[in-house]
Amino acid sequence: MGDHSDGIPAGSDAVAKAGLHDVEKFQDPGLPPHRLRLADTDPWAAKRAERQVAILFGISVVGTLLFFFGYFFIRLDDTIGTLRIQNMLLGLGTAFAMLGIGTGIVHWARALMPDHEVSEERHELRSEADRVAAEKIVGDIIEETGIKRRPLIRNTLLGAVALAPFPAIVMFRDLGPLPADALRHTMWDKGTRLVRDPTGTPIRASDVTLGSAFHVIPDGLNNLHEGKLEEKAKAVVLLMRLDPSLLNPSKGREDWSYNGIVAYSKICTHVGCPVALYEQQTHHLLCPCHQSTFDLTQECKVIFGPAKRPLPQLPIAVDSEGYLVAQSDFHEPVGPSFWERG
Amino acid sequence: MSAATESTYTPATATGRITNFVDQRVGGSGILREFGRKVFPDHWSFMFGEVALYTFVILLLSGTFLTFFFDPSMAESTYNGSYVPLKGVDMSVAMNSTLNISFDVRGGLFMRQVHHWSALLFTASIAVHMLRVFFTGAFRKPRELNWVVGGVLLILSLADGFTGYSLPDDLLSGNGLRIIQGVISSIPVIGTYISFFLFGGEFPGTAIIGRLYVLHILLVPAMILLMIAIHLFMVVVHKHTQYPGPGRNDRNVVGYPLGPVYAAKAGGFFFIIFGVIALMAAFFTINPIWNYGPYDPSPISAGTQPDWYIGWVDGALRLMPGWLLGIPLEWNIPLPWGVNTLSLNVLLPALVPAGIVFTVLFAYPWIERWVTKDDREHHVLDRPRNAPTRTAIGMAGFTFYCVLWAAASSDLIATHFHVSLNDVIYWLRALFFIGPIIAFTVTKRIALALQRKDREIALHGRETGRIVRLPHGEYQEVHAQLDDYKRYKLVGYESPEPSDGVPNGNGVVTKQERRRAMISRLFFEDRVAPATPAELEAAHAHAPVHEQIEEPERLKEVSH
Amino acid sequence: MKALSQRRRHPLAAVALLLMGLMLTGGLYAVATTVNKAKADTTYSADDAHEGGKLFVANCATCHGMGASGSPDGPSLVGVGAAAVDFQVGTGRMPMQLQGPQAQQKPKQFNDEQTRQLAAYVASLGAGPAVPEEKYLDGQGDAANGGVLFRVNCAMCHNAAAAGGALTRGKFAPALAGVANSHVYEAMITGPQNMPVFNDANITPEGKRDIITFLDTIEANGSPGGADLGSLGPVSEGLFIWIAGLGVVIAFTIWLTSRTS
Repeated sequence: MGDHSDGIPAGSDAVAKAGLHDVEKFQDPGLPPHRLRLADTDPWAAKRAERQVAILFGISVVGTLLFFFGYFFIRLDDTIGTLRIQNMLLGLGTAFAMLGIGTGIVHWARALMPDHEVSEERHELRSEADRVAAEKIVGDIIEETGIKRRPLIRNTLLGAVALAPFPAIVMFRDLGPLPADALRHTMWDKGTRLVRDPTGTPIRASDVTLGSAFHVIPDGLNNLHEGKLEEKAKAVVLLMRLDPSLLNPSKGREDWSYNGIVAYSKICTHVGCPVALYEQQTHHLLCPCHQSTFDLTQECKVIFGPAKRPLPQLPIAVDSEGYLVAQSDFHEPVGPSFWERG
Repeated sequence: MSAATESTYTPATATGRITNFVDQRVGGSGILREFGRKVFPDHWSFMFGEVALYTFVILLLSGTFLTFFFDPSMAESTYNGSYVPLKGVDMSVAMNSTLNISFDVRGGLFMRQVHHWSALLFTASIAVHMLRVFFTGAFRKPRELNWVVGGVLLILSLADGFTGYSLPDDLLSGNGLRIIQGVISSIPVIGTYISFFLFGGEFPGTAIIGRLYVLHILLVPAMILLMIAIHLFMVVVHKHTQYPGPGRNDRNVVGYPLGPVYAAKAGGFFFIIFGVIALMAAFFTINPIWNYGPYDPSPISAGTQPDWYIGWVDGALRLMPGWLLGIPLEWNIPLPWGVNTLSLNVLLPALVPAGIVFTVLFAYPWIERWVTKDDREHHVLDRPRNAPTRTAIGMAGFTFYCVLWAAASSDLIATHFHVSLNDVIYWLRALFFIGPIIAFTVTKRIALALQRKDREIALHGRETGRIVRLPHGEYQEVHAQLDDYKRYKLVGYESPEPSDGVPNGNGVVTKQERRRAMISRLFFEDRVAPATPAELEAAHAHAPVHEQIEEPERLKEVSH
Repeated sequence: MKALSQRRRHPLAAVALLLMGLMLTGGLYAVATTVNKAKADTTYSADDAHEGGKLFVANCATCHGMGASGSPDGPSLVGVGAAAVDFQVGTGRMPMQLQGPQAQQKPKQFNDEQTRQLAAYVASLGAGPAVPEEKYLDGQGDAANGGVLFRVNCAMCHNAAAAGGALTRGKFAPALAGVANSHVYEAMITGPQNMPVFNDANITPEGKRDIITFLDTIEANGSPGGADLGSLGPVSEGLFIWIAGLGVVIAFTIWLTSRTS
């Protein structure tokens, strides 16, 4: 960056000299001479432009008619084709109607309206006298209120005004309930069956063959009348089976899986998208939103991407009928981190 | 504006009678007299503000139509409309009514597409308008405040865009809300509470769509309208800027009078914008919610991204690693009352890039003012090449945005260019830091090179491509000299020089002042000065034949 | 509902009712029986397997080993079933051109008869998923139910509009437009490459039929709003507005502010 192509030494005092250099500057030659258009001199060209404008307005009329045709004469049936054609005709009709008017007016302005450039003086935004007067008025007003002389009034007013908006903030309190421990619990409990999403049918351990991935919800979720989506947003689980020798359970988690079948929360520990992409050969789980990658063979430890915590594991077992059930709720809150999570 | 209660003026024409009627009641003639022939400079790059204004009008029109059919309720319902692949599927009323607008209201799909395309064009034209204002220096005194108003408008448009994107309650927007909820949760101390209050309880709840709807159709558009009013008022007060050229200076404004030419063009342009959007809505699908299906916390679609103007924040979320060299970026902090969690891996990318961009954006007019110590009013614009450092800063910011938006599309880049998703992220992490620096350097070099080219042309004319042989056998290319008007366009600009630290009253150059001088050097040290008449004369003074040949080295010596 | 009651007396109503009844009983029957019963009626002759064996030795054994017992370059094929062969060979993924993150689809190198023979050979090595029955591939199932299943089980990789998506380290889930119904079915039951297996206990054959119906429907329908811009969502929409949208707008602004001759 050090080359000074015009040989000016850096840091010369040009700012101070600004304005003195006018002799060294090119003089403004003023506006270039006006050039006449064809339509200004040739009546035939003007006539032609006039006709062109009229044709453009005519196209607009045709466009509006096309819109009516599309609206009234295309019968929508259950197929997508008719809708596509109607949408196209309405759009095309509107486009012609609008572009016809728009280009017509612009062509009219360009070709036929006077095109002499005009120079207008800029006025000063303010005058010195105005400013002095304004300052004086403001000063007088302040003086007449006496606010400077009566600090008691000023201070109590400031206090009152500072406090007054708080009710408006407090009013938002009833927008929703307090979090309490809602984020720490899910529908999962000891003995809750793992059922398929969305049908709600229970899953036998033998159904889950090697390489399978089941999208799972807790039994009874579909019967909820209220708060179904809220519970689902915490409880969804991905069930996979891999060779038991690939699992490396840490201490205390040895019996959380069943014959290589493992269940992990599907809610990303980053910002909560469903981590639903299971690569059955690499045993990686990938979140499609922000590409956090979790390794199933390391208890869903984060191996890439923005998440920090591993996905919570749901301890599972098999009940007397051979169906998969949860041993308990998750042992930690699922989903994105929050301040109180701890 | 006469205050007389009785008018002695008798209008002759119908137009005159209407004018007279209005004038006697509200005094409109004065306004018309002031504005009817007001001069507006004409340049294609001045039109983007109008594009934004017009798309906003189209948004109001199409949006109003959509509100007649849209029901922002999150109550459960079963879809029973015309679209077969979703028949009998449970979904919220909001999604259901959006599908009905698309498939069972004639022209509803068209209006939805018009609305969404307009929204994209609205934000895009605001962005381009601001880039134009930035690159041409139109934000300088006295327009700094209007630049700030424009920045506020940009933020409001993003807010309106995002709230609107979330309304249909489809799978894509629902997952977008889920991400927002996750980001809000990461805010220390109050995050969980904000999330619970915003969503009316746990995510997703049944309140959020209705609340966003009120923001989307009432509060935010009202604020946009207010800001537009202030923005336009200030444009009128300041009068429009103009590009440098013969006959244009800081004391005048050259252009076409509002009536009829400028008004006709601007009015016609509204119809053109409407027509272009209608064309897009006719032929190109946007936001096909029928593909995404209703929101459900379990499914997700590959390629889940927000609209382009929110994309950069999503991109930042994607680039931020959760672990950096084995160090986690989320901490559990033991505090006297218990352990609290701080997720910097979410908080930093959500706040820092946007924070940097908007801080620099809002502060830039004052930054440049402080560096240049320039307190004059500027109504003549800079050509971007004549303010190389500013242009380079702008391009660095633009590149920063592009890198982040590319990061938000990392999965699509991976599939479409057959590269590894992970490699794309690694590259973009690097570009996040070096991309803006490269852009800065390259842009500054290009701008300086263009300035030098301008000097060449101003002094020696344009290359004609005609080769002549001189009597002594030498071959030369004939250069065509510019006329005065064209030359003035190339030489009539200001080129600030770096200024040293100025001592204060006590004769001390303060630390801050020294810092300012340093930045001033960074801005202007490798400046290219405009050609001067003396230089032109010197160029001509050489033998007439030599005049046509380039000899930059010798000219440099002559120049100062 | 109103429309339904009006059409109740339609002459075809009885036929429709009969069909619905049949489908319902068939469906119930299918639900009652369990895992992997979508065995095809297609039985292979010993001759098929013999011919297939010869093809295998000539074309596949280099990687998959003699007797398909596997080698460092390719997995064992014992027990993968005829469906896996029909999918991998029928879509041209096998024989593989070069080792990479995953086998790519390319023009198939064996004709249908040869593919059948190869499938017969591999099926003879050990029990595995068979080539699906025609009745699950007819695309006449419930598209809406298929859509629900597709979104839960498939959309996260293949995109909600089946436009494909990225996996880790260069792998990807392909777009599903133009893929034969039988191959879609076979992919679900065999889990090729990194795709998980969706056995019949996970998604019933009827469910798979519905998914295929859904895919057929959205592919045949196209987008009601016009060109779908690749069904890639907001990124392609954003690029479109910046390049095409603003491009056209800029062209108009230049025309508008230029002077006529």
